Amino acid sequence: MFESTLQFILAGLTSGAIYALVGLGFTIIYNASHVINFAQGEFIVIGGMSTVALTAAGLPLPLAIVLATVVTMVVGMALARFAIQPAKDADVVALIIITIGASIFLRGIVQLVFGKDIHSLPPFSGETPLNLMGATLMPQSLWVMGISAGLILVMAWFFNATLAGKAMLATAYNSLAARLMGVDTKWVLLSAFALSAFLGAVGGIVVTPITFVSYESGIMLGLKGFSAAVLGGLGNGIGAVAGGLILGVVEAMSAGYISSAYKDAIAFVIILVVLVARPNGLFGKKGIDRV
Amino acid sequence: MRGLKTIAGLAVAGCALALSWTAQAAEPVRIGAFLAVTGPASFLGEPEKKTLEMYVDRLNKQGGVQGRKIELTVYDDGGAPDKAATFAKRLIQSDNVDIIIGGTTTGTSMAAIKIVEPAGVPFISLAGGIDIIEPVKKWVFKTPHTDRMAAEKVFADLQKRGLTKVALISENAGFGKSGHDQSLKVAGNYGIEIVADEVYSPKDPDVTAQLTKIKNTPGVQAIFNFGFGQGPAIVTKNTKQLGITQPLYQSHGVASKDYIRLSGDAADGVRLPAAGLVIADQLAATDPQKPVVSAFKKEYEEAFKSEVSTFAGHAYDGLQMALAAIMRAGSSDKAKVRDEIEKTSGYVGTGGIVSMSPTDHMGLNLSAFHMVEIAKGDWKMVD
Repeated sequence: MFESTLQFILAGLTSGAIYALVGLGFTIIYNASHVINFAQGEFIVIGGMSTVALTAAGLPLPLAIVLATVVTMVVGMALARFAIQPAKDADVVALIIITIGASIFLRGIVQLVFGKDIHSLPPFSGETPLNLMGATLMPQSLWVMGISAGLILVMAWFFNATLAGKAMLATAYNSLAARLMGVDTKWVLLSAFALSAFLGAVGGIVVTPITFVSYESGIMLGLKGFSAAVLGGLGNGIGAVAGGLILGVVEAMSAGYISSAYKDAIAFVIILVVLVARPNGLFGKKGIDRV
Repeated sequence: MRGLKTIAGLAVAGCALALSWTAQAAEPVRIGAFLAVTGPASFLGEPEKKTLEMYVDRLNKQGGVQGRKIELTVYDDGGAPDKAATFAKRLIQSDNVDIIIGGTTTGTSMAAIKIVEPAGVPFISLAGGIDIIEPVKKWVFKTPHTDRMAAEKVFADLQKRGLTKVALISENAGFGKSGHDQSLKVAGNYGIEIVADEVYSPKDPDVTAQLTKIKNTPGVQAIFNFGFGQGPAIVTKNTKQLGITQPLYQSHGVASKDYIRLSGDAADGVRLPAAGLVIADQLAATDPQKPVVSAFKKEYEEAFKSEVSTFAGHAYDGLQMALAAIMRAGSSDKAKVRDEIEKTSGYVGTGGIVSMSPTDHMGLNLSAFHMVEIAKGDWKMVD
């Protein structure tokens, strides 16, 4: 009994860590512009797919990973430069709709460039399951969790201790005031998209050995990651990770103890309940406008 | 000068008249198709489109059918039933097609049936769902095996091995859902008891929770997974991760090398029903399907430099049966062609040997499937 409970938790943490890593990607652009970037799932796919294609072309995995993240960041910056910046005077909702359009466009491009097949990458440290008191976990899941944890630390440092990070927060809060203080807001938007693309690419690369990657896998990952970010509180790195892990564990527990047919429904009901009680998510701060 | 113009005008008119005459003498055979060339089912629809185009092109170079060229019109429905219905209407009303091949998915085929039945146009579907031909519809036929046949083939193999208690794990959408329902329906006929019934979503990254439940269900002797795409590969990997030792069965939905590639070592020992096309090189030399599937595999792979899929085979079979019926009918008269398709008997195709009847508009039986086991990353024919 204990064994299976532990296995359900580990299953949940495996999925949850993936949702968390995707959810993290939404944080930066949201912090910089209050835009929810629905093309975040496509960054994941581009990162994963490019790595697959580059390793297939004969490059060693580490080099392929570096190049793939660069490719994804370039795509992210192009998105900011050619789709978001020209519409900078539009309101946030219009910008969000632009990102939805961009996601459909990018999905089409990925399909043309990389094809329609589902691909995988070899796990970073083998395929021997780790045994934990009778329950099992794949080493790749530890990679996903470790990298999520590492990225939270880096992001916390970036937003709290660097000028660039603070400039981003300032721009989101009041772009005109930030500009008057000498912040180059164009640069802020561009680098926010580049960083988000970087997070997406890293996420795509570490989760591909578990979930595989295809041109359309960004839809579901993006949706689950978005749910995780909303549950935890948009714009909050720790919130996104906590949201992802909670979502994953709730799904696995529902599948294990109630019914696998209702696991998605149960997860969404819990998100709704949380959002009714705390509209800004578990870790979100109340949005108060100070004068 | 004016005279010259008149003569030139007359000459042009004469040419046009002559052209229209020859065109009338050999009115082309018009074949219409609506396929999911893009969208989630595109990896089925795209090979289907390529196959139809390649063979129509080839036949036209050889002079067409009974001296008539074949004119192929393909629309991309993106897998959306409403678009499929619109395209079916367009094929019938403005393209004046003689016969329709297509409907990559069960959903698009069912939507088009509502259009083709009242219009009275022969329609050969390329989708798996049994609802397409059951109950029998006058103008509707299909080439692929049904999910029910796959379940029956698996249960027959289990029965042979003396395994009766089966855990079912299936995808909760489309193909897996329909397969799940059919499995429950026919299990009893083979003395199979379904002791666990779990589902997962098509894109779930992990199914160990469901498999742990199966593992803890007492008496499970085998696991049967009905799904499509990446899900079955994740089920296979998770089964190995949990150290589950009972044999794992998959459906014909994963009978492609992609499944083996994605699952890696974990696929070793997995059994599944597959059409002859998948194991073309392993068929006995006496197998009547051997020459057909070997030739098709070779032609397809030479033309497109990619592994042939059973879906391409379904399109090939549909086209061949349609043309054979037109030839037997001696014209493309819709009613006559429909009757001839229904009389198809002993057609050796990539999917099996097809013998249709007024009560059976698919014409395949269980012998169309071979049970294969995966060993060292390749298929091994079991029977």
